[in-house]
Amino acid sequence: MSYQYLLLLLLSLGVSAVEVQRPRGVPLSKRQFYEEGKPFTCLDGSRTIPFDRVNDDYCDCEDGSDEPGTAACPNGSFHCTNAGFRPAFIPSSRINDGICDCCDTTDEYNSGAACQNTCRELGSKEREIMKEMAEIAKEGFLLKQQLIQEAKSGLEEKKAKLAEVQVSKKDLEDKLEALRTVKETAEQPEKEAKERHLKAWEGKLKFESLSTFTIIIASYVSVADLLTHSELDPDSDGSFTEAEAQVKHFFLLDKVDTAAFESVWNNIKEKYVSESNADIPAPVETPQEETREPVPENDSEQYPEEDIPEEEEDDDEEDEDEDPDDGDYKVSPVRISIRFMKDDHDLDLHFVCRNLEKEISFDFGPGAEFAYLYGQCYELSTSEYIYRLCPFNRVSQKPKYGGSETNLGSWGKWTGPEDNVYSLMKYEHGTGCWQGPNRSTTVKLTCGKETVVLSTSEPSRCEYLMEFTTPAVCQEPQSLYPDAHDHTEL
Amino acid sequence: MMASVLLLWLAVCLSGTWAVDKGNFKTCDQSAFCKRQRALKPGESPYRALLETMELTNTRLTLQLINDNNKVRLLLELYRLQGNITRVKINELKPLKPRYEVPDVLIREPPTEPLSLLSQDENGVVLSLGAESQRVIVSARPFRLDIMEGRDVLMSLNSRGLLAFEHLRMRKDTQADPEGEKKEEADPANQAETAKEEEEKVEDGMWEESFKSHADSKPSGPSAVSLDFSLPGVEHVYGIPEHADTLRLKTTDNGDPYRLYNLDVFQYELYNPMALYGAVPVMLAHNAQRTTGIFWLNAAETWVDISSNTAGKTVFGKMLDYVQGSSETPQTDVRWISESGIIDVFIMLGPTPKDIFSQYASLTGTQSFPPLSALAYHQCRWNYNDQKDVQEVDAGFDEHDIPYDFIWLDIEHTDGKRYFTWDPHKFASPKEMLQGLVEKKRKMVAIVDPHIKVDSNYKIHNEIRSKGFYIKNKDGGDYEGWCWPGSAGYPDFTRADMRAWWASMFAYDQYEGSMENLYTWNDMNEPSVFNGPEVTMHKDAMHGAWEHRDVHNLYGFYVQMATAEGLIQRSGGVERPFVLTRAFFAGSQRYGAVWTGDNAAEWDHLKISIPMCLSLGLVGISFCGADVGGFFKSPSTELLVRWYQTGAYQPFFRAHAHLDTPRREPWLFGPENTALIREAVRQRYTLLPYWYQQFYQAHQTGEPIMRPLWVEYPQDPATFAIDDEFLIGRDLLVHPVTEEGARGVTAYLPGKDELWFDVHTFQKHNGAQNLYIPVTMSSIPVFQRGGSIIPRKLRVRRSSTCMEHDPYTLYVALNPQRTAEGELYIDDGHTFNYEKKEFILRKLSFTKNILSSVNMAPDAQFSTRSWIERIIILGASKPSKVTLKTAGGQESQVEFEFDASMSVLTLRKPGMNAGVDWSVTLQ
Repeated sequence: MSYQYLLLLLLSLGVSAVEVQRPRGVPLSKRQFYEEGKPFTCLDGSRTIPFDRVNDDYCDCEDGSDEPGTAACPNGSFHCTNAGFRPAFIPSSRINDGICDCCDTTDEYNSGAACQNTCRELGSKEREIMKEMAEIAKEGFLLKQQLIQEAKSGLEEKKAKLAEVQVSKKDLEDKLEALRTVKETAEQPEKEAKERHLKAWEGKLKFESLSTFTIIIASYVSVADLLTHSELDPDSDGSFTEAEAQVKHFFLLDKVDTAAFESVWNNIKEKYVSESNADIPAPVETPQEETREPVPENDSEQYPEEDIPEEEEDDDEEDEDEDPDDGDYKVSPVRISIRFMKDDHDLDLHFVCRNLEKEISFDFGPGAEFAYLYGQCYELSTSEYIYRLCPFNRVSQKPKYGGSETNLGSWGKWTGPEDNVYSLMKYEHGTGCWQGPNRSTTVKLTCGKETVVLSTSEPSRCEYLMEFTTPAVCQEPQSLYPDAHDHTEL
Repeated sequence: MMASVLLLWLAVCLSGTWAVDKGNFKTCDQSAFCKRQRALKPGESPYRALLETMELTNTRLTLQLINDNNKVRLLLELYRLQGNITRVKINELKPLKPRYEVPDVLIREPPTEPLSLLSQDENGVVLSLGAESQRVIVSARPFRLDIMEGRDVLMSLNSRGLLAFEHLRMRKDTQADPEGEKKEEADPANQAETAKEEEEKVEDGMWEESFKSHADSKPSGPSAVSLDFSLPGVEHVYGIPEHADTLRLKTTDNGDPYRLYNLDVFQYELYNPMALYGAVPVMLAHNAQRTTGIFWLNAAETWVDISSNTAGKTVFGKMLDYVQGSSETPQTDVRWISESGIIDVFIMLGPTPKDIFSQYASLTGTQSFPPLSALAYHQCRWNYNDQKDVQEVDAGFDEHDIPYDFIWLDIEHTDGKRYFTWDPHKFASPKEMLQGLVEKKRKMVAIVDPHIKVDSNYKIHNEIRSKGFYIKNKDGGDYEGWCWPGSAGYPDFTRADMRAWWASMFAYDQYEGSMENLYTWNDMNEPSVFNGPEVTMHKDAMHGAWEHRDVHNLYGFYVQMATAEGLIQRSGGVERPFVLTRAFFAGSQRYGAVWTGDNAAEWDHLKISIPMCLSLGLVGISFCGADVGGFFKSPSTELLVRWYQTGAYQPFFRAHAHLDTPRREPWLFGPENTALIREAVRQRYTLLPYWYQQFYQAHQTGEPIMRPLWVEYPQDPATFAIDDEFLIGRDLLVHPVTEEGARGVTAYLPGKDELWFDVHTFQKHNGAQNLYIPVTMSSIPVFQRGGSIIPRKLRVRRSSTCMEHDPYTLYVALNPQRTAEGELYIDDGHTFNYEKKEFILRKLSFTKNILSSVNMAPDAQFSTRSWIERIIILGASKPSKVTLKTAGGQESQVEFEFDASMSVLTLRKPGMNAGVDWSVTLQ
């Protein structure tokens, strides 16, 4: 502070400042324009005035540059050095307004406001925070690198799997064709049966007509277990027997007559229901099973699986929204059939394909660092609600004390500013508001070691704001920890 | 705030369109007394003055009137009041029970002046009204009153024979009960009743009526009163707010009368006579020679019919034609109909508009003098969600360098719509929040509505219930209606003891979380009752002995009165209160500000804000504003900017928005629009010294602040119907841009001897012309009158309080005679100490090239740190020398600049204190 020899102005008497080093409120960078004793030219060049009119509490320059240290110019700005903290410019209207704006108190030199110099305190606090943030950023950035790596391999895996599945699909198609030929040949002699069976193959299937179907029936009791699990886990070991594949493939064939299949389903449904018990979800399900995966270990807000059934309806609605072709009436028979597998690792190739394709198609960031969020959900509990963010899927709100869940929006797009697109997520087309828009949510992503929903708010009716930390947005920390002293004018 | 959930539902389900559901509100035909009275056509009055009953004392004349049809006698009282006002009171001579007479609205019993009898014969009497050969002629058969000045009739009462007074009567069943009639005949007190019965049939709606699903038990039966007034020579009448209509009132022959009945109208429609939130039964009549006023002091539901002789001459009009030998004399006839109470009418005889304002102010008082900060910018929204939200919005204003003084909290800040409480989660530490605002020299308003949640865990409810302060239903239990909290009780604010208790609830130790920078907003005080008839209270609810019917229009007035009193008391009588109300009545100007209720983000709503506030100003309520941006719906950016520009020049400047609308803080519309809004708000702040001075004047005189042009140019008929521009005080003319996509506006600059200076460019324009002004998005056409001096503070800071000690710039606009004058008023800005003469009032005048400041209040004492930093003289010529002389006789040279192209002389930093004597001489 020893460099500061600024004299106070006696404002109301209009005595001009005697300036030793530079006039009050001038940053060092502009010092050369304010030369003691020499006429001062407004920084916009508009006019030149005697030096004693600089900081004389009367605005002479249109750009306000003659009054850097008084409130005389409506458009002026005042520079606080804030030794120990960050220097700052404040509008000159904040000089001597009785409110302490500069931590070095220099803005209140004639207002009677009792300001305390808090720069050192702020500085050390800021450095602490910066340090902390830098550490977070550092760790976060490392995590991010891992995420990128994982995503990379994950993506490759998935692509490979997709290719593999597609190959299997083709392979199976061939094999089934072969089987069919075999079967047809075998059945050839039995005329009555042949007619009946051929008919079935042509589209009027009868359940008992094929040996492969017995497998289905046999395994169908155990299907119930399957239903609580994801059949679509892309990371699971997807080996399956040829016979199973045949079965599955059979149902995947486009040739299968839906009506016929439904009649089959109707026959078995009763039995299914009677043998299934209440804690088994209804067979009508959705392709959103990702959400039912246990949340990762590092997520403190684990989403209990018991909650799953409550979500059924919403998910269904969403299905319809997202993919009108995937209506329940069509899905159920096909997918139920798929669940007639006897092994946890059985796969529905059709859905595997679709989901893999879908997942691969998401914009998970330049290094796919956001891919790990896919299929996860994160919760925040407030006094009234439990908010739930399932990235790339949806945001919802559920009253804590009863009441139905409200959809606050489904994944829309990245909406950050051009230079930082991945800082904001937008979820839109949620449940409509009365006389208002459909609910939507903006998720603001900040760097953090953990992946957590920090806060939610509803700044405008039905427009929600969620703050979310993730390592995936952490930047390389180099520029994040400036030494405050480097930037002060000491 | 908005109206009922029920109505929302109805609006959605039934109309599907975006407008008021008119079916929820009565037409005259649906209001039994209005229908009954309106069916009465002009003709010979059945009333006769019984001159032999006349008694004339020094202060009043009394006289009985008799209705020849039913022999019911009325008592007429006639007073001459100080200040050229005549009061006419008509009541039943012997009512069955007392009829309601409005208390508390008049600031005192109006002082009288002697009446003297000029002449008397069997046809009538002539009384002198003192000054200017004014007389009242009381004609006996039929009864009528004519107020004359010289040979001119200024106003006639009952000239169309529409005096009607439904006397209180015993209930009779529709089938006549001969026993009952006999009894009455035998009763000498009711002798008058005897002859009438065959004439008076019991009409539907006399003893009960219903509207939609709501029944009105009408225990007192028919009780309406009505009287007609003829205004010869008058073509323009104004006032009787609140209506969303033009400044100049329209004739009502082809539709409903203007209705005065305080109602919470959901999504009100423009340009019609439907009732709105407030009611001031005061009408002004104006022509180029004279202004008169009628103050109909009645708080019941009231309808006002207006007709003019362009639509067919009346009997009286024809007679006048004969007398004056002219068939061209225009005339306006008005007729007032009220559901109950008495006729108590104050005839204000002007003759100038300003005389009317002072006459009316002498009856009901003047505009309260608000804290200076209340004249600054208010930021409101339904709702700022929590303390963090408040803090962020507050910081947003600083970040974008936009000043504001008040941030507002709507109903969601409470704990379950229990007023005087805070939501324990969202506003867990209100004092901390308020302290945060104190540190920025800013303030807050929190809403306190008069409906009280029925909840035995709510202290306010329990106390009101245990003290018996709730309004009662017709069966004697506490009246309950639906409002925001669900089931709610309504405190009986007509009771002085209730109001005193209410006021005490604002004490810092009672209203937890409140601090000295927390002020109050009274909404829903019509009162709004979501499940009541017309969204208000049942008329047969009881306020002690009186039915709600009698007091309805007073309810909101009393709520604001009690609240303002509470804010005064909590500071020990030191601090001026600030209370905003939605409902109001005559006299509400004494308690704070009003706004035009739940408007909409539409261009027409922006336009209507001007006539709506002008009409309020004419009847004393100067502190008026409309929700900037529009409450319902979401404004386009252009509309929002234009609304800020308009609101910045209206007395109460508050942005507000509905819960369901997107956020619209000024910085949410891109940097360009942020800059436009910032500029509009900054213009407001620079003019705060002028606004403050206007409020001081209004507080002294009752003159409107935002005023129609005709008030200042009463002889110029071109000004009589203008309501798209207005004056602030005398000296600023504002023509806001209220058209979408406007490229220009045409402003009428009044006064053929006037000059008007564009306040932005200083360009000079002559008066008495229509001036086309090209506009851009940044334009706010404002002109300063030549001959005026306006003080500003150009150092706009983040709140008005921060600007307290800042220096002034004086804008001296010369008239063709090269003179100008103005005033400068300074006090502490927030206490009642000005009443103890702690203020500065300077007269500034420019004449003969000398600008001087002279003390206008030598007995007042106040000192200021503010000084004069700049003097800008518009229309000046270039001096060779400018000399400042201060009190001590010291002289000094003042530097100056002269802009020859605009004839603007700027004196640089004369530097004298604003509170002392000085003069500046141009040589």
